[in-house]
Amino acid sequence: MALKVDDNIFVSKLDDLANWVRKHSLWPMPFATACCGIELMATASSRYDLARFGSEAMRFTPRQCDLMIVAGRVAMKMVPVMQRIWLQMPEPKWCISMGACASTGGVFDTYSVVQGIDRFIPVDVYVPGCPPRPEQVIRSVLDLQEKIQKGGTINGREFARRDTYEGPGDRLGELDPSEVVIAPGNFATGKRLRGLPLVS
Amino acid sequence: MPLEAVASQYETGTDQEFLYTLNFGPQHPATHTTLRLVLTLDGETIVKAVPDIGYLHSGFEKLGEDLDFNQYVTIVDRMNYVSPVANEIAWHHTIEKLMGLEITPRCKYIRTILAELARISDHLLCVGAVALDLGGLTAFLYAFNEREKVYDIIENASGQRFHPSYTRVGGLINDVNDDFVTQVRAFVKSFPKAHSDVCRLLNKNKIFIDRTQGVGVLTREEAINRSCTGPVGRASGIARDLRKDEPYLAYPELQGAFKIVCSNGGDCLARYLVRMGEMVESVNIIAAAIENLPSGPVNIGTDSNVVIPDKSATYRSIEGLIQHFELFMWNRRFETPVNEVYGANETANGELGFYVVSDGSAKAWRARTRPPSFIHFATFPHLVEGHQISDVAAILGSLNIIAAELDR
Amino acid sequence: MNHQEAIDAKFGAESAMPTEFRDNKRLTVPLEKIYGVLAFLQVQRGFDMLCDLAGIDYLGYADATDRYGIVYSLTNTNSGERLFVKTFANDPDPEVPSVVDLWEAANWMERELYDLFGVKFAGHPDLRRILLPDEFTSHPLRKDYPMRGYGERHNFPTVTRAES
Ligand code: SF4
Repeated sequence: MALKVDDNIFVSKLDDLANWVRKHSLWPMPFATACCGIELMATASSRYDLARFGSEAMRFTPRQCDLMIVAGRVAMKMVPVMQRIWLQMPEPKWCISMGACASTGGVFDTYSVVQGIDRFIPVDVYVPGCPPRPEQVIRSVLDLQEKIQKGGTINGREFARRDTYEGPGDRLGELDPSEVVIAPGNFATGKRLRGLPLVS
Repeated sequence: MPLEAVASQYETGTDQEFLYTLNFGPQHPATHTTLRLVLTLDGETIVKAVPDIGYLHSGFEKLGEDLDFNQYVTIVDRMNYVSPVANEIAWHHTIEKLMGLEITPRCKYIRTILAELARISDHLLCVGAVALDLGGLTAFLYAFNEREKVYDIIENASGQRFHPSYTRVGGLINDVNDDFVTQVRAFVKSFPKAHSDVCRLLNKNKIFIDRTQGVGVLTREEAINRSCTGPVGRASGIARDLRKDEPYLAYPELQGAFKIVCSNGGDCLARYLVRMGEMVESVNIIAAAIENLPSGPVNIGTDSNVVIPDKSATYRSIEGLIQHFELFMWNRRFETPVNEVYGANETANGELGFYVVSDGSAKAWRARTRPPSFIHFATFPHLVEGHQISDVAAILGSLNIIAAELDR
Repeated sequence: MNHQEAIDAKFGAESAMPTEFRDNKRLTVPLEKIYGVLAFLQVQRGFDMLCDLAGIDYLGYADATDRYGIVYSLTNTNSGERLFVKTFANDPDPEVPSVVDLWEAANWMERELYDLFGVKFAGHPDLRRILLPDEFTSHPLRKDYPMRGYGERHNFPTVTRAES
């Protein structure tokens, strides 16, 4: 038997409610390293005004944020820093990779630039462009809001299910030792190269 | 790589136990960029500061050996990303010097206007960011509003608002249209208002003056010994400006339109005031240049075999097509003298120079950059010693450190 | 007396080999005399600013006899005059005297050159790597180092959703 409710009462799943709340108050952590960071500043300031979408509360401490925007290329020396900041953010958290450099390395296919941060941390939305226009950044925030509304659950269970890493590193599989040269030194050796001897 | 403090940097002494170490950065709002400072503190006073840079080292100079002179302009753009177009102009200035090319008058004027616009946008960001760090958000918003206008002008000229990649060897990628002239005129008209807004907010602001006056003093001798150029050098009393000393582009003809802005304060306030003064001079240069903009082609003649013919010539004429292929075929391209040359421009941050070694091919054998940010940041430990922690933001902001230029 | 004659008079004949290209005046000075010449230029000839310090790897360059070129760009801030002083160093142990005691600015420039080329500077107070991590072992701007490196850039552990 159907329940009769007043017109001003709204029935929803708790999940949807939580997601709705989350998506409209994303607090970004601007991990701005290079040129894209300036565009991120432009997005947040006078003309484009990210505040219209509830994401203007930029916090520079990761512990208060739930959205990391990686704006700019990430160099070798910066990777551990980036991972540490990501780990310091509380769940639920999302990541936008802003710009060609953060997503793929962009024009910098050189010895020191990471070819896509998704090799080292999970990424939700990629924004192309070098740098992306502020409109694109706003679009990416909207897309992320949609993703949150559709995907999230109240206790963030979707994160637990995705327990295997889906980035390009895994798809390539383990490398044969003969194909790699590892620079000597005590770099913490990554997943793909784990257990290989160091050559000098 | 690990984040613990750099071991050899502690001050040793009897009162060592009162000192403690604070890590600042590499991801910190006041650095605006990625750099790390290891500060040794006595209470709130900084005893020693050890910068740790390289968090954005991306191999620019290695790429310069791999890309040809026209391609590398896209990379040079990303060096000082606050005023990208000034870097392009400096790079092609050096290449044209290497090849012995004389660009057309119209190209010179357009480049001059763009270089000055870039200077304004750089100074605006610097001033706005200093104000932001010292607690004044409004000046930052005013500054960004004005920067958007500069972006609009650059977007109109080149098609890209941020990294235009607008210059080419021997000219520009395309000519500007009449809208450009109108926009620049409008900017020249509207800018003084915004400038005076920022001035009124900051120049007599007690808090701003208290936090910048006498902070981070660099004397003239030190500034020379530490190779400071640009606003940092001029604020310390080095009256040196490449636009006056070694005039390039259209500056020889515009000498009457501007003055060198100097100060002998040497502190953060002086650097701020020099920047504000330079913006006024830049607007004067733009105003003079836009009214005297010559007509004619922007590229040197196609018979010189170095400029890319424009698309209609490539598609419709055999000469254009041949020229296009000559420049883009892997085994043809430019022929350059086998020699090395240093060329420098006065950009917003100081003297941006390139030392290019050529082996006769279309690529540089070595494309060394003289990065003003790197050289200015080297003075930082010296400037900050004896100051309080809160002065770090003021000093960093006043030096205008751009990480990509710092680390390349 | 121009700079080259003055140097020759002080340091013996053939101490400075002048060349010129466009508006750049260059003096090539043998390595053992470089420190003396630079100090002389700073104190006696008024070149008070070390504008730039460039390193060049000439491995494979046509007609090159020495491997590393080091170019000191000097500026006279009073007259605006520029002078480029060049010297060469060679493998296996390229070493150049440091000029930090003449120009404070040389401190970081020399560290950068050491980092990227592996040229050592004798007498430098703090010769550490500056741009690359301390654990890095190569010198990337040498011509025999590939542009994409040896895979150091991806030598890090991955953080997954499950772990974070
Ligand atoms: S994507 Fe382009 S604008 Fe963004 S950091 Fe990379 S080079 Fe700079």
